[in-house]
Amino acid sequence: MSRHNLQIDKNGRLRHFLSISGLNRQLMTEILDTAESFAGVTAQTVKKVPLLRGKTIVNLFFEASTRTRTTFELAAKRLSADVLNINITQSSTVKGETLLDTLRNLEAMHVDMFIVRHADSGAAHFIAANTAPHISVINAGDGSHSHPTQAMLDMYTIRRVKGPDFGALRVAIVGDILHSRVARSQIHALNILNTGEVRVVAPKTLLPAHAESLGAQVYNDLQAGIKDVDVIIMLRLQRERMQGAFLPSEHEYYELFGLTEEKLVHASPDVTVMHPGPINRGVEMDSDVADGPRSVILEQVTHGIAVRMAVMSMAMSRKEGPSG
Amino acid sequence: MNDFGNIQDIIADMAGQLSEEIARTGKHQPVMVGIHTGGVWIAEHLHRLLAIDEPLGSLDISFYRDDFTRIGMNPVVRPSQLPCSIDDRHIILIDDVLHTGRTIRAALNELFDYGRPASIMLAALIERSGRELPIQANIVGRHIELSPGEHIKLSGPDPLRLEVKKTA
Repeated sequence: MSRHNLQIDKNGRLRHFLSISGLNRQLMTEILDTAESFAGVTAQTVKKVPLLRGKTIVNLFFEASTRTRTTFELAAKRLSADVLNINITQSSTVKGETLLDTLRNLEAMHVDMFIVRHADSGAAHFIAANTAPHISVINAGDGSHSHPTQAMLDMYTIRRVKGPDFGALRVAIVGDILHSRVARSQIHALNILNTGEVRVVAPKTLLPAHAESLGAQVYNDLQAGIKDVDVIIMLRLQRERMQGAFLPSEHEYYELFGLTEEKLVHASPDVTVMHPGPINRGVEMDSDVADGPRSVILEQVTHGIAVRMAVMSMAMSRKEGPSG
Repeated sequence: MNDFGNIQDIIADMAGQLSEEIARTGKHQPVMVGIHTGGVWIAEHLHRLLAIDEPLGSLDISFYRDDFTRIGMNPVVRPSQLPCSIDDRHIILIDDVLHTGRTIRAALNELFDYGRPASIMLAALIERSGRELPIQANIVGRHIELSPGEHIKLSGPDPLRLEVKKTA
Protein backbone atom coordinates (compact mmCIF):
# COMPACT_ATOMS: atom_id res chain seq x y z
CA MET A 1 0.00 0.00 0.00
CA SER A 2 2.74 2.43 0.89
CA ARG A 3 4.23 1.59 -2.50
CA HIS A 4 1.42 3.46 -4.21
CA ASN A 5 1.28 6.34 -1.76
CA LEU A 6 4.85 7.15 -2.59
CA GLN A 7 3.68 9.08 -5.62
CA ILE A 8 1.37 11.49 -3.77
CA ASP A 9 2.67 14.12 -1.34
CA LYS A 10 0.94 15.09 1.92
CA ASN A 11 -1.05 17.79 0.11
CA GLY A 12 -2.45 15.22 -2.32
CA ARG A 13 -0.27 16.47 -5.17
CA LEU A 14 1.71 14.39 -7.62
CA ARG A 15 5.29 13.84 -6.46
CA HIS A 16 6.26 10.86 -8.58
CA PHE A 17 4.20 9.15 -11.26
CA LEU A 18 4.57 5.41 -10.74
CA SER A 19 1.27 3.68 -11.32
CA ILE A 20 -2.38 4.36 -12.01
CA SER A 21 -3.58 2.52 -8.94
CA GLY A 22 -3.49 4.89 -6.01
CA LEU A 23 -4.63 7.84 -8.12
CA ASN A 24 -8.09 9.21 -7.63
CA ARG A 25 -10.48 10.50 -10.24
CA GLN A 26 -9.82 14.13 -9.37
CA LEU A 27 -6.07 13.86 -9.85
CA MET A 28 -6.51 11.90 -13.09
CA THR A 29 -8.87 14.56 -14.39
CA GLU A 30 -6.37 17.24 -13.41
CA ILE A 31 -3.67 15.46 -15.41
CA LEU A 32 -5.99 15.22 -18.43
CA ASP A 33 -6.97 18.91 -18.13
CA THR A 34 -3.35 20.00 -17.82
CA ALA A 35 -2.46 17.92 -20.88
CA GLU A 36 -5.27 19.64 -22.74
CA SER A 37 -3.67 23.01 -22.12
CA PHE A 38 -0.26 21.77 -23.23
CA ALA A 39 -1.74 20.57 -26.53
CA GLY A 40 -1.83 24.23 -27.58
CA VAL A 41 1.94 24.57 -27.35
CA THR A 42 2.36 22.87 -30.73
CA ALA A 43 0.41 25.78 -32.29
CA GLN A 44 3.19 28.16 -31.32
CA THR A 45 5.99 29.07 -33.71
CA VAL A 46 8.36 28.29 -30.86
CA LYS A 47 7.01 24.92 -29.68
CA LYS A 48 8.25 25.37 -26.15
CA VAL A 49 7.19 26.79 -22.83
CA PRO A 50 9.77 27.78 -20.20
CA LEU A 51 8.22 25.85 -17.28
CA LEU A 52 11.12 23.48 -16.59
CA ARG A 53 13.93 25.73 -17.78
CA GLY A 54 17.12 24.89 -15.91
CA LYS A 55 15.89 21.44 -14.84
CA THR A 56 17.72 18.30 -15.90
CA ILE A 57 15.69 15.23 -16.77
CA VAL A 58 17.30 11.82 -17.19
CA ASN A 59 15.76 9.19 -19.42
CA LEU A 60 16.96 6.10 -17.61
CA PHE A 61 16.12 3.25 -19.93
CA PHE A 62 17.08 -0.26 -18.90
CA GLU A 63 14.92 -1.66 -21.70
CA ALA A 64 14.81 -0.65 -25.36
CA SER A 65 12.06 1.68 -26.47
CA THR A 66 12.01 4.22 -29.25
CA ARG A 67 8.55 5.73 -29.15
CA THR A 68 8.24 6.12 -25.40
CA ARG A 69 11.74 7.51 -24.98
CA THR A 70 11.33 9.88 -27.91
CA THR A 71 8.01 11.27 -26.70
CA PHE A 72 9.37 11.70 -23.16
CA GLU A 73 12.40 13.46 -24.59
CA LEU A 74 10.26 15.72 -26.75
CA ALA A 75 7.91 16.45 -23.85
CA ALA A 76 10.86 17.43 -21.66
CA LYS A 77 12.30 19.63 -24.40
CA ARG A 78 8.96 21.35 -24.99
CA LEU A 79 9.04 22.22 -21.30
CA SER A 80 12.56 23.66 -21.84
CA ALA A 81 14.27 21.07 -19.64
CA ASP A 82 17.68 19.63 -20.46
CA VAL A 83 17.51 15.93 -21.27
CA LEU A 84 20.06 13.20 -20.76
CA ASN A 85 19.43 9.81 -22.39
CA ILE A 86 21.01 6.87 -20.64
CA ASN A 87 20.43 3.39 -22.00
CA ILE A 88 21.53 0.68 -19.66
CA THR A 89 21.14 -2.73 -21.18
CA GLN A 90 21.60 -5.11 -18.35
CA SER A 91 20.33 -8.29 -16.77
CA SER A 92 16.74 -8.72 -15.74
CA THR A 93 17.03 -8.25 -12.01
CA VAL A 94 17.28 -5.03 -10.10
CA LYS A 95 20.85 -5.31 -8.93
CA GLY A 96 20.47 -3.68 -5.54
CA GLU A 97 23.73 -1.93 -5.04
CA THR A 98 24.71 -1.54 -8.66
CA LEU A 99 21.51 0.31 -9.44
CA LEU A 100 21.85 2.42 -6.31
CA ASP A 101 25.39 3.33 -7.29
CA THR A 102 24.11 4.44 -10.68
CA LEU A 103 21.52 6.59 -8.94
CA ARG A 104 24.01 8.14 -6.55
CA ASN A 105 26.25 9.07 -9.47
CA LEU A 106 23.42 10.71 -11.37
CA GLU A 107 22.26 12.52 -8.24
CA ALA A 108 25.79 13.87 -7.86
CA MET A 109 25.29 15.48 -11.28
CA HIS A 110 22.38 17.47 -9.82
CA VAL A 111 19.60 16.03 -11.93
CA ASP A 112 15.94 16.72 -11.09
CA MET A 113 13.94 13.86 -12.57
CA PHE A 114 14.31 10.25 -13.64
CA ILE A 115 12.16 8.73 -16.36
CA VAL A 116 12.54 5.01 -15.76
CA ARG A 117 11.87 2.09 -18.06
CA HIS A 118 12.84 -1.32 -16.77
CA ALA A 119 12.05 -4.94 -17.58
CA ASP A 120 11.35 -5.71 -13.91
CA SER A 121 8.10 -4.91 -12.16
CA GLY A 122 8.58 -2.46 -9.34
CA ALA A 123 11.82 -0.91 -10.63
CA ALA A 124 10.44 2.65 -10.75
CA HIS A 125 9.04 2.28 -7.22
CA PHE A 126 12.41 1.04 -6.03
CA ILE A 127 14.18 4.02 -7.55
CA ALA A 128 11.60 6.47 -6.19
CA ALA A 129 11.97 4.98 -2.73
CA ASN A 130 15.75 5.24 -2.82
CA THR A 131 16.49 8.45 -4.60
CA ALA A 132 17.23 11.90 -3.16
CA PRO A 133 14.14 13.76 -1.87
CA HIS A 134 14.18 16.51 -4.49
CA ILE A 135 14.11 14.09 -7.41
CA SER A 136 10.86 13.00 -9.08
CA VAL A 137 10.52 9.62 -10.75
CA ILE A 138 8.22 8.87 -13.67
CA ASN A 139 7.52 5.25 -14.57
CA ALA A 140 7.89 4.73 -18.30
CA GLY A 141 7.03 1.03 -18.06
CA ASP A 142 8.14 -1.59 -15.53
CA GLY A 143 8.01 -5.27 -16.44
CA SER A 144 4.45 -6.48 -16.76
CA HIS A 145 3.36 -4.24 -13.88
CA SER A 146 2.42 -0.84 -15.22
CA HIS A 147 2.87 1.81 -17.87
CA PRO A 148 0.91 4.71 -16.42
CA THR A 149 1.69 7.46 -18.94
CA GLN A 150 0.54 5.17 -21.77
CA ALA A 151 -2.74 4.57 -19.93
CA MET A 152 -3.15 8.31 -19.33
CA LEU A 153 -2.60 9.16 -22.99
CA ASP A 154 -5.14 6.49 -23.91
CA MET A 155 -7.67 8.04 -21.50
CA TYR A 156 -6.86 11.45 -22.96
CA THR A 157 -7.44 10.10 -26.49
CA ILE A 158 -10.74 8.48 -25.50
CA ARG A 159 -11.90 11.71 -23.79
CA ARG A 160 -10.99 13.76 -26.87
CA VAL A 161 -12.84 11.44 -29.26
CA LYS A 162 -15.80 10.37 -27.13
CA GLY A 163 -16.23 13.21 -24.67
CA PRO A 164 -15.82 13.30 -20.89
CA ASP A 165 -18.60 10.86 -19.93
CA PHE A 166 -16.78 7.56 -19.50
CA GLY A 167 -19.89 6.13 -17.86
CA ALA A 168 -21.56 5.93 -21.26
CA LEU A 169 -18.75 3.90 -22.83
CA ARG A 170 -18.03 0.24 -23.44
CA VAL A 171 -14.32 -0.36 -23.88
CA ALA A 172 -12.69 -3.63 -24.97
CA ILE A 173 -8.99 -4.35 -24.54
CA VAL A 174 -7.96 -7.08 -26.96
CA GLY A 175 -4.85 -9.21 -27.11
CA ASP A 176 -1.96 -10.19 -24.91
CA ILE A 177 -3.37 -9.22 -21.52
CA LEU A 178 -1.00 -11.60 -19.71
CA HIS A 179 2.23 -9.79 -20.58
CA SER A 180 0.80 -6.32 -20.92
CA ARG A 181 1.59 -3.63 -18.38
CA VAL A 182 -0.39 -1.30 -20.64
CA ALA A 183 -3.55 -3.38 -20.16
CA ARG A 184 -3.21 -3.38 -16.37
CA SER A 185 -2.80 0.38 -16.25
CA GLN A 186 -5.64 0.89 -18.72
CA ILE A 187 -8.06 -1.24 -16.72
CA HIS A 188 -7.22 0.68 -13.53
CA ALA A 189 -7.60 4.02 -15.29
CA LEU A 190 -10.89 3.10 -16.98
CA ASN A 191 -12.33 1.92 -13.67
CA ILE A 192 -11.21 5.02 -11.77
CA LEU A 193 -12.94 7.12 -14.44
CA ASN A 194 -16.12 5.01 -13.92
CA THR A 195 -16.22 3.58 -17.42
CA GLY A 196 -19.57 1.95 -18.17
CA GLU A 197 -18.11 -1.42 -19.14
CA VAL A 198 -14.53 -2.64 -19.37
CA ARG A 199 -13.82 -5.89 -21.20
CA VAL A 200 -10.70 -7.89 -21.85
CA VAL A 201 -10.67 -10.15 -24.89
CA ALA A 202 -7.93 -12.77 -25.29
CA PRO A 203 -7.23 -16.47 -25.74
CA LYS A 204 -7.04 -18.23 -22.38
CA THR A 205 -3.28 -18.66 -22.73
CA LEU A 206 -2.78 -14.88 -22.88
CA LEU A 207 -4.90 -14.10 -19.84
CA PRO A 208 -3.56 -14.09 -16.29
CA ALA A 209 -5.05 -16.54 -13.80
CA HIS A 210 -8.12 -14.97 -12.17
CA ALA A 211 -8.41 -12.45 -14.98
CA GLU A 212 -11.81 -11.38 -13.62
CA SER A 213 -10.08 -9.87 -10.60
CA LEU A 214 -8.46 -7.28 -12.88
CA GLY A 215 -11.73 -5.38 -12.87
CA ALA A 216 -12.94 -6.28 -16.33
CA GLN A 217 -15.31 -8.74 -17.96
CA VAL A 218 -13.46 -11.57 -19.64
CA TYR A 219 -14.15 -12.79 -23.18
CA ASN A 220 -12.34 -15.50 -25.09
CA ASP A 221 -14.09 -14.76 -28.35
CA LEU A 222 -13.41 -11.62 -30.36
CA GLN A 223 -16.85 -11.22 -31.94
CA ALA A 224 -18.65 -11.47 -28.61
CA GLY A 225 -16.01 -9.36 -26.90
CA ILE A 226 -16.28 -6.39 -29.23
CA LYS A 227 -20.04 -6.55 -29.69
CA ASP A 228 -21.45 -2.99 -29.39
CA VAL A 229 -18.26 -1.55 -27.89
CA ASP A 230 -17.40 2.13 -28.42
CA VAL A 231 -13.64 1.77 -28.09
CA ILE A 232 -11.33 -1.13 -28.98
CA ILE A 233 -7.81 -1.02 -27.63
CA MET A 234 -5.62 -3.56 -29.40
CA LEU A 235 -2.46 -4.74 -27.67
CA ARG A 236 0.79 -5.76 -29.25
CA LEU A 237 1.76 -9.45 -29.12
CA GLN A 238 4.83 -9.24 -26.93
CA ARG A 239 6.93 -11.90 -28.54
CA GLU A 240 10.00 -10.80 -26.58
CA ARG A 241 8.24 -11.62 -23.31
CA MET A 242 6.99 -15.03 -24.41
CA GLN A 243 9.12 -17.94 -23.39
CA GLY A 244 6.97 -20.96 -24.06
CA ALA A 245 4.01 -22.04 -26.12
CA PHE A 246 1.43 -19.33 -25.60
CA LEU A 247 0.20 -19.44 -29.17
CA PRO A 248 -0.04 -22.16 -31.83
CA SER A 249 0.98 -19.62 -34.50
CA GLU A 250 0.69 -15.96 -35.33
CA HIS A 251 -1.41 -16.89 -38.32
CA GLU A 252 -3.94 -18.67 -36.16
CA TYR A 253 -3.93 -15.77 -33.72
CA TYR A 254 -4.73 -13.39 -36.55
CA GLU A 255 -7.58 -15.63 -37.72
CA LEU A 256 -9.16 -15.64 -34.27
CA PHE A 257 -8.13 -12.34 -32.65
CA GLY A 258 -6.78 -10.15 -35.43
CA LEU A 259 -8.97 -7.10 -36.03
CA THR A 260 -10.31 -6.78 -39.57
CA GLU A 261 -12.95 -4.56 -41.18
CA GLU A 262 -15.32 -7.58 -41.35
CA LYS A 263 -15.04 -8.25 -37.63
CA LEU A 264 -15.48 -4.56 -36.81
CA VAL A 265 -19.14 -4.65 -37.92
CA HIS A 266 -19.96 -6.25 -34.57
CA ALA A 267 -18.80 -3.17 -32.68
CA SER A 268 -20.69 0.10 -32.35
CA PRO A 269 -20.92 1.90 -35.75
CA ASP A 270 -18.77 4.79 -34.52
CA VAL A 271 -16.22 2.58 -32.77
CA THR A 272 -12.74 4.01 -32.23
CA VAL A 273 -9.73 1.72 -32.65
CA MET A 274 -6.57 2.28 -30.64
CA HIS A 275 -3.17 0.60 -30.33
CA PRO A 276 -0.21 1.63 -28.16
CA GLY A 277 2.23 0.68 -30.91
CA PRO A 278 4.34 -0.62 -32.41
CA ILE A 279 1.79 -2.54 -34.49
CA ASN A 280 2.44 -6.00 -35.83
CA ARG A 281 0.48 -5.56 -39.03
CA GLY A 282 -1.33 -8.72 -40.04
CA VAL A 283 -0.98 -10.14 -36.53
CA GLU A 284 -3.04 -7.93 -34.19
CA MET A 285 -4.81 -6.05 -36.89
CA ASP A 286 -5.20 -5.64 -40.60
CA SER A 287 -3.60 -2.62 -42.26
CA ASP A 288 -7.05 -1.52 -43.47
CA VAL A 289 -8.08 -1.09 -39.85
CA ALA A 290 -4.81 0.42 -38.64
CA ASP A 291 -4.84 3.05 -41.40
CA GLY A 292 -8.62 3.37 -41.61
CA PRO A 293 -10.97 6.13 -40.52
CA ARG A 294 -11.71 4.58 -37.10
CA SER A 295 -8.07 4.39 -36.11
CA VAL A 296 -6.63 7.08 -33.82
CA ILE A 297 -3.27 5.34 -33.47
CA LEU A 298 -1.21 8.30 -34.64
CA GLU A 299 -3.25 10.75 -32.57
CA GLN A 300 -2.29 8.62 -29.56
CA VAL A 301 1.37 9.31 -30.32
CA THR A 302 0.74 13.07 -30.54
CA HIS A 303 -1.31 13.05 -27.34
CA GLY A 304 1.48 11.17 -25.58
CA ILE A 305 3.64 14.29 -25.69
CA ALA A 306 1.03 16.57 -24.08
CA VAL A 307 0.18 13.98 -21.41
CA ARG A 308 3.87 13.48 -20.55
CA MET A 309 4.35 17.24 -20.37
CA ALA A 310 1.46 17.37 -17.90
CA VAL A 311 2.78 14.60 -15.67
CA MET A 312 6.33 15.95 -15.68
CA SER A 313 5.37 19.53 -14.88
CA MET A 314 2.91 18.49 -12.18
CA ALA A 315 5.49 16.29 -10.47
CA MET A 316 8.07 19.07 -10.66
CA SER A 317 5.87 21.80 -9.23
CA ARG A 318 5.48 22.64 -5.54
CA LYS A 319 8.92 21.47 -4.60
CA GLU A 320 10.19 24.53 -2.81
CA GLY A 321 7.36 25.35 -0.46
CA PRO A 322 4.23 23.73 0.88
CA SER A 323 1.88 26.68 0.45
CA GLY A 324 -0.01 27.74 -2.66
CA MET B 1 -16.64 49.92 -1.73
CA ASN B 2 -16.89 50.89 -5.34
CA ASP B 3 -15.22 54.28 -5.52
CA PHE B 4 -13.86 53.53 -8.98
CA GLY B 5 -17.03 54.81 -10.62
CA ASN B 6 -18.81 52.77 -13.23
CA ILE B 7 -16.43 50.23 -14.78
CA GLN B 8 -18.19 50.49 -18.12
CA ASP B 9 -17.39 54.22 -18.08
CA ILE B 10 -13.72 53.46 -17.45
CA ILE B 11 -13.73 50.98 -20.34
CA ALA B 12 -15.41 53.51 -22.63
CA ASP B 13 -12.77 56.02 -21.65
CA MET B 14 -10.02 53.48 -22.45
CA ALA B 15 -11.61 52.81 -25.84
CA GLY B 16 -11.48 56.54 -26.59
CA GLN B 17 -7.82 56.75 -25.57
CA LEU B 18 -7.00 53.63 -27.60
CA SER B 19 -8.60 54.85 -30.80
CA GLU B 20 -6.75 58.19 -30.45
CA GLU B 21 -3.51 56.32 -29.89
CA ILE B 22 -4.11 54.05 -32.90
CA ALA B 23 -4.85 57.10 -35.09
CA ARG B 24 -1.86 59.03 -33.73
CA THR B 25 0.65 56.22 -34.24
CA GLY B 26 -0.88 54.86 -37.44
CA LYS B 27 -1.04 51.33 -36.01
CA HIS B 28 -4.14 50.33 -37.92
CA GLN B 29 -5.74 46.85 -38.10
CA PRO B 30 -4.44 45.86 -34.68
CA VAL B 31 -4.85 42.42 -33.11
CA MET B 32 -6.33 42.60 -29.61
CA VAL B 33 -5.25 40.02 -27.04
CA GLY B 34 -6.64 39.73 -23.49
CA ILE B 35 -4.74 38.12 -20.64
CA HIS B 36 -6.73 35.48 -18.72
CA THR B 37 -9.01 35.96 -16.92
CA GLY B 38 -9.84 39.59 -16.11
CA GLY B 39 -7.97 40.96 -19.11
CA VAL B 40 -10.15 38.90 -21.44
CA TRP B 41 -13.32 40.32 -19.85
CA ILE B 42 -12.09 43.89 -20.38
CA ALA B 43 -10.83 43.05 -23.87
CA GLU B 44 -14.25 41.70 -24.90
CA HIS B 45 -15.76 45.14 -24.28
CA LEU B 46 -12.89 47.08 -25.88
CA HIS B 47 -12.87 44.77 -28.90
CA ARG B 48 -16.54 45.52 -29.49
CA LEU B 49 -16.27 49.26 -28.82
CA LEU B 50 -13.34 49.64 -31.22
CA ALA B 51 -14.95 47.35 -33.83
CA ILE B 52 -11.69 45.47 -34.43
CA ASP B 53 -11.78 43.18 -37.49
CA GLU B 54 -9.62 40.31 -36.24
CA PRO B 55 -11.32 38.09 -33.63
CA LEU B 56 -10.19 38.61 -30.04
CA GLY B 57 -7.20 36.58 -28.88
CA SER B 58 -6.58 35.29 -25.38
CA LEU B 59 -3.41 34.46 -23.52
CA ASP B 60 -2.98 32.22 -20.47
CA ILE B 61 0.46 32.99 -19.15
CA SER B 62 0.59 30.20 -16.53
CA PHE B 63 3.36 28.33 -18.36
CA TYR B 64 5.46 31.50 -18.53
CA ARG B 65 5.26 32.57 -14.90
CA ASP B 66 8.51 33.02 -13.00
CA ASP B 67 7.14 31.55 -9.77
CA PHE B 68 6.14 28.13 -11.11
CA THR B 69 8.46 26.11 -8.89
CA ARG B 70 7.38 28.14 -5.87
CA ILE B 71 3.61 28.14 -6.17
CA GLY B 72 3.11 25.29 -8.62
CA MET B 73 0.76 24.77 -11.42
CA ASN B 74 -2.53 26.52 -11.88
CA PRO B 75 -4.89 23.57 -12.26
CA VAL B 76 -7.11 25.31 -14.79
CA VAL B 77 -4.90 26.53 -17.57
CA ARG B 78 -6.88 27.50 -20.63
CA PRO B 79 -5.01 27.10 -23.89
CA SER B 80 -3.91 30.42 -25.34
CA GLN B 81 -5.70 31.30 -28.54
CA LEU B 82 -4.50 33.80 -31.10
CA PRO B 83 -6.86 34.44 -34.02
CA CYS B 84 -4.15 34.80 -36.68
CA SER B 85 -0.41 34.95 -37.19
CA ILE B 86 0.98 37.83 -35.17
CA ASP B 87 4.04 38.31 -37.40
CA ASP B 88 4.33 41.99 -38.35
CA ARG B 89 1.02 42.86 -36.68
CA HIS B 90 0.31 45.58 -34.16
CA ILE B 91 -0.82 43.96 -30.92
CA ILE B 92 -2.94 45.56 -28.22
CA LEU B 93 -2.43 43.62 -25.01
CA ILE B 94 -5.15 44.02 -22.37
CA ASP B 95 -4.89 43.26 -18.65
CA ASP B 96 -7.15 44.10 -15.74
CA VAL B 97 -4.60 45.18 -13.13
CA LEU B 98 -1.01 46.26 -13.79
CA HIS B 99 0.84 45.67 -10.53
CA THR B 100 4.34 44.14 -10.35
CA GLY B 101 4.69 43.89 -14.13
CA ARG B 102 5.56 40.19 -13.95
CA THR B 103 2.37 39.07 -15.69
CA ILE B 104 3.14 41.40 -18.59
CA ARG B 105 6.73 40.14 -18.74
CA ALA B 106 5.37 36.60 -19.03
CA ALA B 107 2.78 37.66 -21.64
CA LEU B 108 5.44 39.36 -23.79
CA ASN B 109 7.59 36.23 -23.68
CA GLU B 110 4.64 34.07 -24.66
CA LEU B 111 3.63 36.37 -27.53
CA PHE B 112 7.12 36.17 -28.97
CA ASP B 113 6.88 32.38 -29.00
CA TYR B 114 4.00 32.81 -31.46
CA GLY B 115 5.83 35.18 -33.80
CA ARG B 116 7.41 38.61 -34.20
CA PRO B 117 4.82 41.35 -33.87
CA ALA B 118 5.41 44.80 -35.41
CA SER B 119 4.57 46.42 -32.08
CA ILE B 120 2.85 45.75 -28.77
CA MET B 121 0.80 48.30 -26.87
CA LEU B 122 -0.42 47.69 -23.32
CA ALA B 123 -3.75 48.82 -21.93
CA ALA B 124 -4.73 48.16 -18.31
CA LEU B 125 -8.02 48.87 -16.56
CA ILE B 126 -6.22 49.65 -13.31
CA GLU B 127 -2.64 50.76 -12.88
CA ARG B 128 -1.57 50.41 -9.27
CA SER B 129 1.64 51.12 -7.41
CA GLY B 130 4.15 48.34 -6.77
CA ARG B 131 6.04 47.84 -10.02
CA GLU B 132 8.97 45.41 -9.80
CA LEU B 133 9.93 45.54 -13.47
CA PRO B 134 10.42 48.42 -15.91
CA ILE B 135 7.04 47.95 -17.58
CA GLN B 136 4.48 50.72 -18.22
CA ALA B 137 1.06 50.76 -19.83
CA ASN B 138 0.31 52.93 -22.87
CA ILE B 139 -3.33 53.25 -21.90
CA VAL B 140 -4.62 53.29 -18.31
CA GLY B 141 -8.23 53.28 -17.14
CA ARG B 142 -7.61 54.41 -13.56
CA HIS B 143 -4.47 54.88 -11.52
CA ILE B 144 -4.60 54.03 -7.82
CA GLU B 145 -2.09 54.02 -4.98
CA LEU B 146 -2.22 50.90 -2.80
CA SER B 147 0.03 49.80 0.02
CA PRO B 148 1.95 46.52 -0.44
CA GLY B 149 -0.54 44.62 1.74
CA GLU B 150 -3.52 45.68 -0.34
CA HIS B 151 -4.85 43.87 -3.39
CA ILE B 152 -7.31 44.94 -6.01
CA LYS B 153 -9.28 42.23 -7.74
CA LEU B 154 -11.66 42.28 -10.67
CA SER B 155 -14.59 39.88 -10.57
CA GLY B 156 -16.93 39.21 -13.46
CA PRO B 157 -17.67 38.88 -16.27
CA ASP B 158 -21.18 40.07 -15.52
CA PRO B 159 -21.25 42.37 -13.66
CA LEU B 160 -17.65 43.55 -13.62
CA ARG B 161 -16.71 44.57 -10.08
CA LEU B 162 -13.53 45.88 -8.51
CA GLU B 163 -12.71 45.18 -4.91
CA VAL B 164 -9.79 46.17 -2.68
CA LYS B 165 -8.74 43.63 -0.08
CA LYS B 166 -6.11 43.65 2.61
CA THR B 167 -4.02 40.54 3.09
CA ALA B 168 -2.64 39.78 6.51
